[in-house]
Amino acid sequence: MPAQVDFAAARLTLELATITTLVLLVVGTPIAWWLARTRSRWKGIVGAVVALPLVLPPSVLGFYLLVTMGPNGPVGQLTQWLGIGLLPFTFAGLVVGSVLYSMPFVVQPLQNAFEAIGERPLEVAATLRASPWDSFFTVVVPLARPGFVTAAILGFAHTVGEFGVVLMIGGNIPEQTRVVSVAIYDHVEALEYAEAHVLAAAMLIFSFLVLLTLYSRNTRVWR
Amino acid sequence: MKPFTSSLLIVALLTSQTTLAEEVQVAVAANFNAPMEQIAAGFEQATGHRALLSFGATGKLYAQIKNGAPFEVFLAADGRTPARLEEEGDAVKGSRFTYAIGKLVLWSSDEGLVDGQGTVLKAHDIRHVAIANPKTAPYGAAAIETLTRLDLLEVIEPKLVTGENITQAHQFVATGNAEVGFVALSQVMRDGELTAGSSWQIPSDLYQEIRQDAVILTRGGANPAARALVDYLRSEQAAAVIRSFGYGL
Repeated sequence: MPAQVDFAAARLTLELATITTLVLLVVGTPIAWWLARTRSRWKGIVGAVVALPLVLPPSVLGFYLLVTMGPNGPVGQLTQWLGIGLLPFTFAGLVVGSVLYSMPFVVQPLQNAFEAIGERPLEVAATLRASPWDSFFTVVVPLARPGFVTAAILGFAHTVGEFGVVLMIGGNIPEQTRVVSVAIYDHVEALEYAEAHVLAAAMLIFSFLVLLTLYSRNTRVWR
Repeated sequence: MKPFTSSLLIVALLTSQTTLAEEVQVAVAANFNAPMEQIAAGFEQATGHRALLSFGATGKLYAQIKNGAPFEVFLAADGRTPARLEEEGDAVKGSRFTYAIGKLVLWSSDEGLVDGQGTVLKAHDIRHVAIANPKTAPYGAAAIETLTRLDLLEVIEPKLVTGENITQAHQFVATGNAEVGFVALSQVMRDGELTAGSSWQIPSDLYQEIRQDAVILTRGGANPAARALVDYLRSEQAAAVIRSFGYGL
């Protein structure tokens, strides 16, 4: 039987992935919209920055987060000034790290969906006197729904699969920062293979089911 | 010189080197990182052999060795793990010896924070205390033992942040994210002096002595470089380096 701490790790992981996905949908949508519509020369730079976590090793991101969110880093000084305290070793810190780390997995599907819609439906909506907000929520969002679903699934799954960043800024605290991937690593290091097997198998099945949902839906109902 | 001839020459030079000098793969407990880098450089100079170093928590290195990692010499952070490998037939019998006695220290990167009695542990405004994973790192286990004997474990436990090994625990304190942490003296000492911050060297009666043993692993049994490294570890040159990092011998 998996230990109580492993259930706590599973619950924590799902919480982290859910909150991260919600934050990413709120933050990522305007970024993706801007990237899809703009002709600014900043487009290339912003696009590249958003895509960076795809190529950067998690250790680089974890290292920079640890330093910038620490008491002497700019982010750390800001959060202390705001009275929030320091972010490393906290659940909030993991959310910040995960949002950065999973950003491209949400922004890119949304950007593709927005680009596929094109100018035409918006022009039509404008001639019908829809305000920009109106046309965004009544025209763009329904048309881009498959993009939103893909973005949410990928953002969620990628956060569940996160390891390196959490290991570096989490401090392995039960019920606060010990997510499933870290708990598995811990069990393997300590030669507790039985416990590691339970969690690892659960992760494998979960990840497969998520991807199965994602890849099956393109051929069927969801569109 | 034509490219072909010059590449032949390079091949010849390389092969002639390897006939004299061997390589030895060494697994080293994380607390011994800095001294071992120096010792390996001296070893290379003295013998011509090369030591390839991998660092990690002792328990993790043990798990890797049990699963076929290609290490030939193991420098652990305790005596138990090498003894276990010897019993289980993964190490050369009789090759085990103590190369250093580790010292545990409570350290802060803040100069005024830690006094000579460790009273800081009782301070309420301390939010995080870093340790190495007690399940895999002997220095982490020693930290838990110390807190237990000081009757502070219950108070400190919610504040503990656990590094994967002692290097990460040190990094948590060095970046200021944890105000204090239990680290190895060797990580904060150079030539008998504290490199930065403030510290309290934990009295030796608060934790079991950390006797760090080295052993030749079965894979390294036939490698002359493995034997040479173990001999070099016992030399006066190596001992001087080990002492300069604050270890006992």
